[in-house]
Amino acid sequence: MAGKKKLSIQDLAKIREKTKSMMTIREGEGRARVTVHMGTCGIAAGARDIMDALLGEISKAKIQDVIVTTSGCAGLCNAEPMATVEIKNQPPVKYGHLTPEKMQKIFVQHILGGKMVTDLVLAVGSETVY
Amino acid sequence: MKQYRAHLLVCAGTGCVSCGSFKIKEALESEIKKRNLQDEVQVVATGCNGFCERGPIVMVQPDGIFYQLLKVEDVPHLVEEHLLKGRPVKKLMYVPPAEEQPVPKMKDIEFFKHQRLIVLRNRGRIDPEKVEEYIAFDGYEAMAKALTEMTPAAIIDEILFSGLRGRGGAGFPTGKKWAVCAKEKGTPKYLICNGDEGDPGAFMDRSVLEADPHAVLEGMVIGAKAIGASKGYVYIRHEYPLALKRVEIAIAQAHDNGLLGEDILGTGFSFDLEIVQGAGAFVSGEESALIASIEGRIAMPRQRPPYPAQKGLWGKPTVINNVETWATVPNIIRRGADWFQGLGTETSKGTKIFSLVGKINNTGLVEVPMGITLREIVYGIGGGIPDKRDFKAIQIGGPSGGCLPAKLLDLPVDYESLTAAGAMMGSGGMIVMDDKTCMVDIAKYFLNFLQDESCGKCVSCREGTQRMYEIVKGITEGKGKESDLALLEELATICKDASMCALGQTAGNPVLTTLRYFRHEYEAHILDKRCPAGVCKSLIRYVVLAEKCTGCQSCKKACPNDCIKGTLKDVHLIDQTKCIKCGACKEACRFEAIEEQREEAIQIV
Repeated sequence: MAGKKKLSIQDLAKIREKTKSMMTIREGEGRARVTVHMGTCGIAAGARDIMDALLGEISKAKIQDVIVTTSGCAGLCNAEPMATVEIKNQPPVKYGHLTPEKMQKIFVQHILGGKMVTDLVLAVGSETVY
Repeated sequence: MKQYRAHLLVCAGTGCVSCGSFKIKEALESEIKKRNLQDEVQVVATGCNGFCERGPIVMVQPDGIFYQLLKVEDVPHLVEEHLLKGRPVKKLMYVPPAEEQPVPKMKDIEFFKHQRLIVLRNRGRIDPEKVEEYIAFDGYEAMAKALTEMTPAAIIDEILFSGLRGRGGAGFPTGKKWAVCAKEKGTPKYLICNGDEGDPGAFMDRSVLEADPHAVLEGMVIGAKAIGASKGYVYIRHEYPLALKRVEIAIAQAHDNGLLGEDILGTGFSFDLEIVQGAGAFVSGEESALIASIEGRIAMPRQRPPYPAQKGLWGKPTVINNVETWATVPNIIRRGADWFQGLGTETSKGTKIFSLVGKINNTGLVEVPMGITLREIVYGIGGGIPDKRDFKAIQIGGPSGGCLPAKLLDLPVDYESLTAAGAMMGSGGMIVMDDKTCMVDIAKYFLNFLQDESCGKCVSCREGTQRMYEIVKGITEGKGKESDLALLEELATICKDASMCALGQTAGNPVLTTLRYFRHEYEAHILDKRCPAGVCKSLIRYVVLAEKCTGCQSCKKACPNDCIKGTLKDVHLIDQTKCIKCGACKEACRFEAIEEQREEAIQIV
């Protein structure tokens, strides 16, 4: 945005909207948080493709308040690649045996639509942490 | 701008930069590229995070993980573990003093938890060299509001009602100053941003200029509309190269985007800014001296009234405010005076930035609500005193401020309480001292600073600071007389009463407060020729305890001045006439055979 065009007040609001959505991540908040499990087992099982599919869907949908993080092995290595979806104020949902297509479906139905993709769900909630 | 799944916010304030944060940034970028994550992870250089003690610092968002004391060698591991595998790296996290478990998240760390950020709201969050990032977090919204919806009188009323007082030291109500200037008939009118921060150990203004330069610019445009100024100056000392660079970039960007210059945001209002570099004299921070410096004259204060708001730069009405004050203004206009009013105490509203230095675990920059107690700052945010030593005093307000003792730790931090206790808000420097600090020595340090920095115009200050320094220096050397204390008090009072500017008027404070709260230390120096803290070298001596000395020669080798005699396996002897009291022998001795004596009267040669 190094152009010499002078801004008007409307432009200011536009820049704010556009840039802010790119930066909500710096506040650590969003409507949903998706964790792609990327331990050695996850990476070997193709977690990278799941991540690529997820990031692709997010940019296609032009939404910015979905936070994507990675985590280590979830302990259920034979169900990899796995991902956990946490919608604000709801318990985390774990999905297993993912493929890029399944990830796309989860994105559309669960993350955008708010409805769990029941047939792909491994578990709801998280382990008790002592 | 692209959507990234993670942002690495690398602190690039002066503190972290000097610890090598730009090298960390480069290493992160190259490692991320190596791992092919460059389209998913963004690396951003931000302004000072405040926790300078722990630099270089990198914050990972959205996880909120705080990494500290990073080295270039740590970077490959960090990228692989955290960004590729999603496992935050514990060994690079902050571990509070006297605890074992690391605290992963920034918001859980004591140092950050109790702070309330208004002026520093963008620190560690935006890239200060990108105007769009400032705009993203509501930047220039207040300016747009002031230029389109508010009359000059309405802006002044808002600032007046907010209760904002000058953050540069004296605490004069900002709205009042603006109102006086707005009423003046003379034109053109000028605005000045006072960034001549000179207190030893203080770096609030530098940090604001480095972390969020556009906030200062925005505040000044709002001020310009309020008083009807069309030209302003940002005065920054040349020792702040990074601040200068970031303000230069900010002014250029604001120009390019029509946020500064002719016809701002198409509203028809015009205002321009220029940077003036100060050569770095303490007195230049005094407003009339600073104005003289901009005019190209020697930075010497002049008699007031007339105040700068009436006759300032080139004899024209001028509003001069401190960096922090200007950066507070947009927040008040954007969120309303009512909101600002609700923060702080009856007479001191809002928040204040302090630089917390000295004998404290968490050295750094903090922004806290007015009215917080010194104890909360020192023990809560600051994490207490290192090595479990005792708190002795806190020096507040720079050389013009005062030293407050432990019994005042529950004092609320506001303009009135601090002044009543003999210190002052000043620009916000806080130096913490432990029981190994000698208060007479501290008074000597500040007096030496002041006698150097006195401009010499008023006799009371020029001669007064010098005489006070000589007397206090004499006391630390064991040459003090009983009559010295009364003489010091008299000199300090005269300096206060008869000097023209705040430098001289407050120059007695270091002496007066240490005399008020630590008189017994002066008396120990004068009457017993003893320095209770063991700091004043003329009043201590090192001796070898014959019964413990094994003649190992470690001390002899450690002595930098060759003043220890003794052959192998014989008791050693320190030549007191040559000893420079460095203590190296005591440190080197493994048998506790060297004693630092300060209890008995020592003959001064």
